[in-house]
Amino acid sequence: MSADGIAGRQETAAPAIELKGISKAFGPVQANKDISIRVMPGTIHGIIGENGAGKSTLMSILYGFYKADKGEIFISGRKTDIPDSQAAISAGIGMVFQHFKLVENFTVLENIILGAEDGGLLRPSLAKARRSLVELAEEYGLNVNPDALIEEIGVGMQQRVEILKALYRRADILILDEPTGVLTPAEADQLFRILGRLREEGKTIILITHKLREIMEATDTVSVMRRGEMTATVKTSETSPAELAELMVGRKVLLRVDKKPATPGDVVLDIKGLRVVDDQKVERLKGIDLQVRAGEILGIAGVAGNGQSELLEVLGGYADGTGEVMLNGHPLALSGTGADGRSRRTQGIGHVPEDRQREGLIMDFAAWENTAFGYHRSDAYKSGLLLNNAAIRSDTEGKMARFDVRPPDPSLAAKSFSGGNQQKIVLAREIERNPDLLLVGQPTRGVDIGAIEFIHQQIVALRDQGKAILLVSVELEEILALADRVAVMFDGHIMGERLSSETDEKELGLLMAGVGS
Amino acid sequence: MDVVPKWAEVILVPLISLILAALLSALVILAIGEDPIAAVNLMITGALGSTYGWGYTLYYATNFLFTGLAVSVAFHAGLFNIGGEGQAMLGGLGVALACLLIPWPHWTIALLAATVMAGLFGAAWAAIPAFLQAKRGSHIVITTIMFNFIAAAVLNYVLVNLMRPAGSMDPATARFPEAVHLPTLHDILGLVGIEFSRAAPANVTFLIAILACVLVWLLMWRTWLGYEIRSYGKSEPAARYAGISPVAITMIAMLISGALAGMMAINNVMGEAERLVLNAVEGAGFIGIAVALMGRSHPFGVFLAAILFGFLYQGGAELALWTSIPRELIVVIQALVILFTGALDNMVRMPLERIFLMLRRRRDA
Repeated sequence: MSADGIAGRQETAAPAIELKGISKAFGPVQANKDISIRVMPGTIHGIIGENGAGKSTLMSILYGFYKADKGEIFISGRKTDIPDSQAAISAGIGMVFQHFKLVENFTVLENIILGAEDGGLLRPSLAKARRSLVELAEEYGLNVNPDALIEEIGVGMQQRVEILKALYRRADILILDEPTGVLTPAEADQLFRILGRLREEGKTIILITHKLREIMEATDTVSVMRRGEMTATVKTSETSPAELAELMVGRKVLLRVDKKPATPGDVVLDIKGLRVVDDQKVERLKGIDLQVRAGEILGIAGVAGNGQSELLEVLGGYADGTGEVMLNGHPLALSGTGADGRSRRTQGIGHVPEDRQREGLIMDFAAWENTAFGYHRSDAYKSGLLLNNAAIRSDTEGKMARFDVRPPDPSLAAKSFSGGNQQKIVLAREIERNPDLLLVGQPTRGVDIGAIEFIHQQIVALRDQGKAILLVSVELEEILALADRVAVMFDGHIMGERLSSETDEKELGLLMAGVGS
Repeated sequence: MDVVPKWAEVILVPLISLILAALLSALVILAIGEDPIAAVNLMITGALGSTYGWGYTLYYATNFLFTGLAVSVAFHAGLFNIGGEGQAMLGGLGVALACLLIPWPHWTIALLAATVMAGLFGAAWAAIPAFLQAKRGSHIVITTIMFNFIAAAVLNYVLVNLMRPAGSMDPATARFPEAVHLPTLHDILGLVGIEFSRAAPANVTFLIAILACVLVWLLMWRTWLGYEIRSYGKSEPAARYAGISPVAITMIAMLISGALAGMMAINNVMGEAERLVLNAVEGAGFIGIAVALMGRSHPFGVFLAAILFGFLYQGGAELALWTSIPRELIVVIQALVILFTGALDNMVRMPLERIFLMLRRRRDA
């Protein structure tokens, strides 16, 4: 078909989804402001924006979780009310959530019919589902074993089950929310092939992501959201990552980290044969050997859940382990007395935890209280049994100014700050104690692009002061941009180490999938 | 940003809950054919209309202050201490031992010793459930409830078999010696020339309870220990990350909580009964839960809530005395107040949030 033909068809056909003037406020926060969008059938439409830009709210309105304050929804040209998710499903909308909604100890087939059973007896429903599963598999190349238990199949497969669930409910419009967050690069490529196939069969796909690369690779058109507003909708072929980033943030951003080559010094952290067994008696770290030198950033790459969290926890002093860990030539206690966060801090280990809202901050505490968190028993902050609240407050004011925390109000509760500003509070606390070793987990997860730039600069600056940094991130791009050396973790093992200047995403992706070096 | 401003959260929510409870109570009183207005009048004059009434109101409030603070401290650590009742019983045992075993020369020294003993016994009784929670993960709600029953049985055994004076038919200790009698509010206020009822049981312990409020406030908001307790209560993973030991904080918070509950005994055992009887606590341990809930676990809120419940207790006793409203109905009224201020908090808060939202939007528009 010629280009004219496509254009002609798109003008005549009604858009698969059209939103007109959607607005939604949560209290004083305007999450969506007068949003209009048209998605043509048989296309992949990307929605990109920073955290808190309103992407998820918009999709929740479309899926019936929230009711819009104003605005109309048209599905295939017909005005449609979507009061709940049941209505969304019958309107032909299917949603694949970032966190899968699957019953772990059910089979694939049981999960697919869950909530869509016909009649009280299971057997006929299961038989019917099995037949349509075969058809769907043929039509879209979505092969899964219908009798496998969810807990026994990989994350990529589980995502396919989610897609199949939507298709089984006759969805013509698929919404995927950050679908590649838990996938290896290879699995992500596979997903995009499936999405391409679905598009060919006439399905309409909305892809929500914060990754510019995925937008550029997979979508036909892209809408950019910023602070609740739709700032632009463009053809993907007519834009560039730099332009999209600028539209997202509202100013020019540096997509690459500016850093000099590392000048590694002495070994600061020396790990030999480190093992960690969790509460369920599952071995999470199966004998890890690593070294981090002063003045270098060691990046730990890997798909989430392969032992990275346990590595940070045991080094941070709040998980027990066995093996040998030396810090500046002195052994660290891995269990019992001395194996706690406070001892680690006095020994010179700073820790920016993976989940700042769960671990790094007390969300109900004010910013100033969080600034002392973990160091509250250091002499600067206490005298006797009393906390020196005034000293902590004035310290917080300084930190907020130096790390550009907005708004710079020490009395504001941590939960009132944006993700990026929360992370800056944690970072300021850990970096300004001048640790010999800084553990950093997912430094920019849920952080807006503007703040990412700043956070990366701070980490590189600490490296340039000759400190050792252990960086864990599931974002390969971030690892490659920040780390001087990369170690890849898979199933509790280190699969291999590479200099970041001598490797690429493809090679690391193979290691991440457990394919040996 | 919070939707409801702080002042409304702290004052308006409990106040509306209280009014709702009062309205419902009025309906119940109407339903049994009595006059609710007259009943309220009687409660107010009975509890607040005379120094005698105030004396009882403040006496009950003192009990509730201690148990309310006890529940609050545990709350801040994320622990639900339902064992105030048992801890206060054991505190009574400590007080009785202190008062009976040693011939004190003056009530001040006796009070100090009795306070320490009451705290120690209460803390010891809380220590076992605390240890089971911290080390074995046995749920503290279950164990503290069970320890209330065990405490009652222990007290029964001790009173009947060990501490009952020879020849007495009453399961109670001997009267405490004259030297350990605590000054009542009549004695204290008399020093500054204020006339206060001689018969009312409120005593110097009320001042100690206020002191306890101040100390708990200092502990929770001015010391690093309180900071650690509050951190642990808000988020255990964060506490572990920061090097705060869950075991240590669970133990410390429960010991402080148990000690506070135990100290209630210097009011009811040493200050009022002047001997230890079987049911000395009279449910004050459970009222402490409601007081802590209503007071938002803040010492000042606990103070106000304790006074309110003191009023309800004394006013309720007057009602039962002077009207044909049965005693059980007083319990119903008290239960309604607990229900509305404690359990049905969100029922009031949600509409309030909506109203404030509307107001804000109108102002912004």
